[in-house]
Amino acid sequence: MKKMPYFLTVLVLAVLPVGPSLAFADELVVYSARKEHLIKPLFDEYTKETGTKISFITDKAGPLLQRLEAEGKNTRADLLVTVDAGNLWHATREGVLQPVESEVLKSNIPANLRDPGNQWFGLSLRARTIVYSTERVRPEQLSTYEDLGNPKWKDRLVLRTSKKVYNQSLVAMLIAEHGEAETEKIVKSWVGNLATEPFSNDTKTMQSILAGQGDVGVVNTYYFGRLLKKDSDLKLALFWPNQETSGVHVNISGAGVTRYAKNRDAAVKFLEWLSSAKAQNMFADANMEYPVNQEVKTHPYVATWGEFKANERNLALAGQLQEAAIKLMDRAGYH
Amino acid sequence: MQQTPAITPEASSRGFRCFHVKPSAWQWLTLGVALLVLVPLSVLFFAWTEPAWDIWQHLRETLLSRLLLNTMILVVGVSSGTLLIGISLAWLTGACDFPGRRVFSWALLLPLAMPTYVLAFVSLGIFDFTGPVQTQLREWFGRGAWFPDMRSAGGVVLVMSLALYPYVYLLARNAFRTQGKRALEAAQSLGCSPVGGFFKVVLPMARPWITGGATLVLMEALADFGAVSIFNYDTFTTAIYKAWFGFFSLSAAAQLSSLLVAMVFVLVAIEQRLRKRMRFAQSRITPQTESIKLTGGRKWLATGYCTGILSIAFLLPALQLISWSLEIFHEEFDSRYLGLLGHSLALGLMSALLIAATALLLAYAGRRHQDRLTHGFIRTATLGYALPGTVLAVGIFIPLAWLDNQLIRLAQQLFGLQISQLLQGTILIMLLAYMIRFMAAGFKSIDSAMHRVTTNIDEASRLMGLRGIKLLYKVHLPMLRGGIFTALTLAFVDVMKEMPITLMTRPFGWDTLAVKIFELTSEGEWERAALPSLTLLMSGLLPIVLLMRQTDKD
Repeated sequence: MKKMPYFLTVLVLAVLPVGPSLAFADELVVYSARKEHLIKPLFDEYTKETGTKISFITDKAGPLLQRLEAEGKNTRADLLVTVDAGNLWHATREGVLQPVESEVLKSNIPANLRDPGNQWFGLSLRARTIVYSTERVRPEQLSTYEDLGNPKWKDRLVLRTSKKVYNQSLVAMLIAEHGEAETEKIVKSWVGNLATEPFSNDTKTMQSILAGQGDVGVVNTYYFGRLLKKDSDLKLALFWPNQETSGVHVNISGAGVTRYAKNRDAAVKFLEWLSSAKAQNMFADANMEYPVNQEVKTHPYVATWGEFKANERNLALAGQLQEAAIKLMDRAGYH
Repeated sequence: MQQTPAITPEASSRGFRCFHVKPSAWQWLTLGVALLVLVPLSVLFFAWTEPAWDIWQHLRETLLSRLLLNTMILVVGVSSGTLLIGISLAWLTGACDFPGRRVFSWALLLPLAMPTYVLAFVSLGIFDFTGPVQTQLREWFGRGAWFPDMRSAGGVVLVMSLALYPYVYLLARNAFRTQGKRALEAAQSLGCSPVGGFFKVVLPMARPWITGGATLVLMEALADFGAVSIFNYDTFTTAIYKAWFGFFSLSAAAQLSSLLVAMVFVLVAIEQRLRKRMRFAQSRITPQTESIKLTGGRKWLATGYCTGILSIAFLLPALQLISWSLEIFHEEFDSRYLGLLGHSLALGLMSALLIAATALLLAYAGRRHQDRLTHGFIRTATLGYALPGTVLAVGIFIPLAWLDNQLIRLAQQLFGLQISQLLQGTILIMLLAYMIRFMAAGFKSIDSAMHRVTTNIDEASRLMGLRGIKLLYKVHLPMLRGGIFTALTLAFVDVMKEMPITLMTRPFGWDTLAVKIFELTSEGEWERAALPSLTLLMSGLLPIVLLMRQTDKD
């Protein structure tokens, strides 16, 4: 117990250097669900170009949202960056973002990849598409997401868990297309075709196809890209489904200015910069995603996987229908 | 703690006579710590003011029975698994002699430094259908080669038992070392067979230690999210996350969590009730009892068993981490890693001290006051261990942000000052949050050691003129040393492994190794996550080895 005073001194010393600080005028604070290694290079580049300092915290979208809500108007955050449109849609609904009227953003980002109310903006595009074994499947056998429920894929389909938001958004967009009853039938038919229990991530899903556990699956393209980089002789290929109908399911990683941003103008400027040609390449290429800015070319490596028609429905639907999608997948026994 | 020698009439009443403090001081202390835990808990229970019936109904119609069954399997499976592994290993290394015993006695603790989620992703990587083992088997025996499905209830239970057995092992070993052969001899002299003696005498005598360890395991298993989600094994915890991240209903998540807390509260109460019926005091502390010599095939069997457990729980995964780390070392490693490591170590060290000191005080309070209220407070103070980290993190963050907002408003109104948050993003808050989360780990270790200090010892010391702080310093602390070291180590390692609270309460720029692991694994970059995982593992090893040397000295 005699050590208590020393102990307290240590504590106080530890707290001092990072104690309360006054808000800086020319500093942006970002809450990001996009991970450090995928976004910090952009922060550094922006600081180099403009001198604006950027502080950031990464976490999952849920806790970040909760944090913004709890902090209310005293939050230090100016910008919220998340992956998946559903999360951004919920941020709008919780009222932690504010509308931004910007001609630059409007012209750089297609309408279906930003909030109809201008509260969030997509910054990179990720496609969730079909992957198949080049040894056991011919591309002519594939057509649509819906068709993966066809009996010919019995015991050949592998999926990632329904708890992942990417699949929730995929099913939400199917509901937007077909309505709930029809979508539930589709999901049930998928479950009936499963070769094994759903996996916890996309990479495992593809590895299981490689190992022969299944023949087709649904993954985000950049996971495929990572495997391909490690093994250029990969016995897997991507297929772009629904080209005659709704188009490939896409999602975004995006951002919005917080409602109580202390540096609103600086935040908007940063957002505009992120949608500009230079930043777009950095943003998308860091993770082998697609740029949202139509004037920007996809990275040549990514472009070799082919061009596709993407689903053009507004991604706000992914958020609106997320709850319905989860409940539907629970009912269908997709775990 | 008042140090004046005066004995007030109250203080000399039974229970306080050794301490010159006002009778209520200890109780105030327990109340204080319990309140710290009660604040986030009440945030959770408060959520019941808006019951999320639609989500409950949905769960009831679809997942609930599956979740409950899975959770039950996990709890029963992991507690039996850890008890089986932990007790058998503790008995072998603590009371028997066989080749390699000395090495095993500390090496078997190493898995403590391995976060459950790391063991989960590494063992799935090795043993699942796509892993090298099954691939090789298929090459040898063709596609029909049978191997148990890893991604199943059995797989999760196995992996979690291997990751968590050290809690039981550590505490049980302390008991066996001090009682081992003597107790068995006594039993045998009364006509028990060695096996009978073990089950009838040795095991019951070690119960406070073992139940202490088992309770920790149980709480860990209930709160685990990382490992179960890697196995895609749906439990109560995954439902909590689904309610929050999927349905965006924090209140449903909080309601589910509150049930988890209630469940644990009942379990802990049962444990204490069981424990109270017995008094565990030893007549003499015998530092070193002679070990039972294993002979013939038995000794090699013991060596083989220990090697086996150590290999799958630690060596194999560690090798895998090393080989992954080597692959990506040149592109991944940079000076930032030193920063990450520094933050992890600093947080681990500071919170370990805080937790052990508070746990010591709590354990003392519990010893001084046998009343229900005090024990209720203490029980409450250890509940944080059972909550899924993220949920507890929110429970801490909401009142904290509220307090900050009030402070900011006050500063504005009273002094016209424009300030930003005072509390959030300070290390102090992180430390308090860790304390709320990991108090059980510290408390159980010290409390079980506390059972060794009998009232006779107190009285004898008093006769020799040792009182108050001196008594604590000269008699109690040396006897509790093992327990305190255990508490420090467990808390240190636990804090270093902790993710959600660190994510939510860290100051800007205070990323730790665990944060890095989270970022990489959540992007599915398992191989790249090997480097921070390995660093985390290595830095957890040192205190564990120290701990082992310490307990061996005792």
